[in-house]
Amino acid sequence: MMTVTEFRSLFQNGLSKQNAGLVQLLGLCPLLAISNTLVNALALGLATMLVMVFSSGAVSSVRNFVPHEIRIPVFVLIIAALVTVIDLVMHAYVHRLYLVLGIFIPLITTNCIVLARADAFASKNHPLHSMVDAFAMGLGLTLVLVVLGSMRELAGQGTLLSGINLVFGEEAKQFVLHVLPHYQGFLLAILPPGAFISLGLLIAAHNWNKARAEQRAHAAIPSPA
Amino acid sequence: MTPLFKAATRNALRTGVILFAFSVVATTLLVFTFNRTQPSIERSQQAAKLALLNQVLPHSLYDNDLLSSQRSVPPDSQLGTQKPSAMWVARRGDAISAVVLEAIAPDGYSGNIHLLIGIDINGGLTGVRVTSHRETPGLGDYIDRQKSPWVEQFVGKSLSLPASKLWGVARDGGAFDARAGATITPRAVVKAVRSALDYFARNRKAIVAPPPTGMTAPAQENPHDDSH
Repeated sequence: MMTVTEFRSLFQNGLSKQNAGLVQLLGLCPLLAISNTLVNALALGLATMLVMVFSSGAVSSVRNFVPHEIRIPVFVLIIAALVTVIDLVMHAYVHRLYLVLGIFIPLITTNCIVLARADAFASKNHPLHSMVDAFAMGLGLTLVLVVLGSMRELAGQGTLLSGINLVFGEEAKQFVLHVLPHYQGFLLAILPPGAFISLGLLIAAHNWNKARAEQRAHAAIPSPA
Repeated sequence: MTPLFKAATRNALRTGVILFAFSVVATTLLVFTFNRTQPSIERSQQAAKLALLNQVLPHSLYDNDLLSSQRSVPPDSQLGTQKPSAMWVARRGDAISAVVLEAIAPDGYSGNIHLLIGIDINGGLTGVRVTSHRETPGLGDYIDRQKSPWVEQFVGKSLSLPASKLWGVARDGGAFDARAGATITPRAVVKAVRSALDYFARNRKAIVAPPPTGMTAPAQENPHDDSH
């Protein structure tokens, strides 16, 4: 079993210290490609989280049977098989959601954060710890995606939650927030450069925050007289 | 054989067997899932296809099984197609009431714009949808029904309404409005829709006439019939 301290440190790692999007800069390809609206970003984040939890659990369960030298092919095999299974099951049973997420799910296989967590954490830890770690890492990535998606959608189209009707049906159209009515749109934010610029701003904000926290910690220690 | 070589061979064999075992397990899992989900996936794909067809052809206009009415149409410059495309034939009772054609607008701002066009038997448009495009997001993508109701203005139009010289975007003196700053995209769509109407007018007789031997192409015999 795991202690509260372990649990907390896993979440601290995933959400801030080792955040996949802002610190490790892993899995940038889908991060930058899909974050043009809030709904897209959230959907990709949740799908990645789901895959990470399952693959970390699977990799961790078989870790004692996998010789070190073939661990990468075995992990890739496990992740690819799991992603395909999730893809098929979603296509069959939650078709509406699949239509939105469908193109992202195969992309997740190529997301190096999944393999990175499998190799760096799941292959050395107990399944429960690994799944919590994957969940925290996925949550951290999802949060970055959500902020990035909101920034780009707001700057690009002046709305939030556009496309939510694709997930929850036509009735959900009323939830689309037209934050800036009569907004002309800012194309740069929606196109790829907008993704790089927004992510740059986010990383800068994260580093600034970290530097400030460190400074405060230094200030708190009384200097030797 | 040196003991070292022996150990290496044994090790290679062992890892090979383990990797093989994992592949067998993964393949079994995939085969099992595929078999279990396939019928359901097929059903939802059919339903999605029918829903798309119903967007360009209201269900009140036909009473046959639209999906099984699919025919193959040979490539035609008026449809903008390079490969055989599909056509669905709607019937009401015994009479053909409308068709749905696939068409391509080749002169969009970036790449082909794929269209689904519903035309009733008198040559009037029942609906138009853009099924795939790569136009600039936020600029030319308002031709997509998800983004704006722009394509709805085609409903009820025909070759004589508006008059031939008015079949263009407002900027070119035509009857179809287009947003400022993005006229290349709607121009391409208007042109493709008109061209599809021309195609229907030219082939109307062949389409309406009952196909002599089951599934044949309307204009000419198509050697690469892929309608099934």
